[in-house]
Amino acid sequence: MEDETYTDINGKAISLDCQSHSGLCREFTVSSAKVSIGKVMVYTCSVWLFAYAVFFFTQNTAVLSCAILITLVGMMFHIHFVKVDHESLLVIGSLGIQVSSSYASGRETTTFIEMSRIKDIVINEAIYMHQIIYYLCVLLKDPSEPNAVSSVVPLFQNSKPRLNCLVKVYKSCQEILSKC
Amino acid sequence: MVLKIFFPQCCNRADSGLLVGRWISGHDSAVVLAVIHYPFIPGQVKQYIQQMQAQSGVELSVLGSWSLPKEGQEGMESFLRDLSTIFPQERWLQIKRQMGKTGFTCEILNRDQNDQHDDSDNKKKQEKKKEEEEGEEEEKVIFVHYEQRKVMLSQLHPIENGVPDPKTEPPSELRQVFQTVARSQPLFFLDRYDDGPLKSTHWQSEGREASIIMELLKQASVPLCLLISWLLSVWTWICNVRIFSLYPLRFLSSKLSTCVQLSYRTEHLRTLSSAKPATGHTEFMRKSNILVSFLIDVALGLLLISWLYRDDHIRMLANTLVPAADHVAKELEELLQWLMGAPAGLKMNRALDQVLGRFFLYHIHLWISYIHLMSPFIEGILWYGGLSACLGLTFALSLLSDMVALLTFHIYCFYVYGARLYCLKIYGLSSLWRLFRGKKWNVLRQRVDSCSYDLDQLFIGTLLFTILLFLLPTTALYYLVFTLLRLGVVLFQGILHLSVDFINSFPLFAMGLRICRSYRLGEGVKFRVLCEEPGTALHLLMEINPLKCSTVVQTYRTPTYSCYPKDSWAALIKKLFVGELIYPWRHKSTKTD
Repeated sequence: MEDETYTDINGKAISLDCQSHSGLCREFTVSSAKVSIGKVMVYTCSVWLFAYAVFFFTQNTAVLSCAILITLVGMMFHIHFVKVDHESLLVIGSLGIQVSSSYASGRETTTFIEMSRIKDIVINEAIYMHQIIYYLCVLLKDPSEPNAVSSVVPLFQNSKPRLNCLVKVYKSCQEILSKC
Repeated sequence: MVLKIFFPQCCNRADSGLLVGRWISGHDSAVVLAVIHYPFIPGQVKQYIQQMQAQSGVELSVLGSWSLPKEGQEGMESFLRDLSTIFPQERWLQIKRQMGKTGFTCEILNRDQNDQHDDSDNKKKQEKKKEEEEGEEEEKVIFVHYEQRKVMLSQLHPIENGVPDPKTEPPSELRQVFQTVARSQPLFFLDRYDDGPLKSTHWQSEGREASIIMELLKQASVPLCLLISWLLSVWTWICNVRIFSLYPLRFLSSKLSTCVQLSYRTEHLRTLSSAKPATGHTEFMRKSNILVSFLIDVALGLLLISWLYRDDHIRMLANTLVPAADHVAKELEELLQWLMGAPAGLKMNRALDQVLGRFFLYHIHLWISYIHLMSPFIEGILWYGGLSACLGLTFALSLLSDMVALLTFHIYCFYVYGARLYCLKIYGLSSLWRLFRGKKWNVLRQRVDSCSYDLDQLFIGTLLFTILLFLLPTTALYYLVFTLLRLGVVLFQGILHLSVDFINSFPLFAMGLRICRSYRLGEGVKFRVLCEEPGTALHLLMEINPLKCSTVVQTYRTPTYSCYPKDSWAALIKKLFVGELIYPWRHKSTKTD
């Protein structure tokens, strides 16, 4: 139930919430910043000013209604498909791992990976242009080939927390994974 | 090891009794399917379970006891504990729940503990072991609650057909849970209105669910299927009459999209009217998709007919068709006159220009006379052709596409002439250009080699090259114009074919199922932690994660004879440049090409 302030790789503040439901089940939620009203107002005002300028020259009211429509549709699209509110990781020992991201409009996408397909959870590092980024990922294996890694599922892709946050989550997960 | 118990939500408030279910082999888990209530006779329970096992093919067994004590049932617990001796198991689960509390408690008794003598020492040992177990029991058992009806009806994707292959590894734990519940349907037929000796609780114990409409449809479908299969056999016999196997008719019928669509729909109806019921999920979905798309097709066709045949729309269409064809012919004539003059300021070679222009003008004149000949019959043709829409909108669209192909046949002819001429010219030019430089194409080695020509060969070759070169703009212009016209027609036909293909292949039933009953097509599961009291085991709720719409379309798309672009854009442009004849849409047909 701790809530220290962590930052993501770009410096924005995020928060981590660890909840231990039982000895075998832990849930980690990383929340990003909410949609800022200032940004919304700036975008809306700029689009409408531009539309008004075009209307001033063309005297066509369809331009204004178009601009309103575009703003509304764009905003709905952004909060429903783009803006991630929080991402959570639920580790249930001997059952599996559930990764879910919840968007600003309330939509949730969830994936569950069974324990028989999980090889390990590790922190990987990646080189992206001039940065070295650490990310937590789940290594999957084919049940027929227990020694080969078949694919990698990165976690917390939208919130991108930094190493201190990842280490905390990693240690907690390893405690559960080592028990079963 | 942690024991996972999959517990149905409908049994959360069931009266005390025995738990019937299955142990999942290979994983430490058990699926509870039903609760059989007290009073019961153990012999009858054993008989019932064997009967159910034979009917369903699932390895059922008594997993343990369930106790939810109500007032006046205090002695139940000890009674249920003693039952573990009557039903011999490896492990005996004792799940208890108090009214008013939400958490369950579970004790696991192993077989060797049951065989202990009733000594005081051993009693102490047993108590100690039980205390240890109780102390750690919240770490030893996880309860996963599932909604029985939804899990029974759901199908996990990607679909693995249950072929028991000893080489591949057994299906995963969740798949086994889903398969167990799905196959245990005979267990759920016993409801509380049955007068049998046993009373059980499961999702259907309040009364068996059925739908009158489905039952009536099932009864009606048998004679309907017989009728359809008889009609189809008559139709196939007609189609196989020898006269239709002659070469020109066979070739024609493979090119006309109406005939292709007809044979495609016949295949579908044959699948639908087969006497055997669908085995397995894939076949069931396929049949339902075919049926729904066929019905929608016919409905849309009837809608089109109702619009077409009222207010004399047909006569209006027929009256605009001939003037439209005239207009197109006039436009083409004007275009040719323009080409014969000085089009876009380019200077054409007068003689060749006149030849080509007059040749094409004569063709147009022939075509216009043909149209005028047909004009009294157009209304009749449209009237009878419109009737074909009662077989489905796809037939009307295919007929329209065929009619467009027939009416624009002259454009196709022009295109072929222009393309052949241009192609010959380009090949001639390239070969003579090689001669100009002193090289030759080596057919054996597929490369360009140097070659020494005689003087007269060089002389004639250079002359011909010059002639062809200066005639090139004229031919190229005609080729360009007719190719553009042809591409326009091909585009229009392509749109019609694509919409026919869309109606044919889109899995409407699967999409409807995904939207209205999203639990039936599952991509996976998702878990939610149920709030519980401290000191009890972990309770999770398992819900079905529905499949994404794009995956639904991809998995359940009915395979069609779809037309798709044969070449990539680069290959197409190259062919246009060289002058090869292009057939941009290719039909995925099995017999002819």
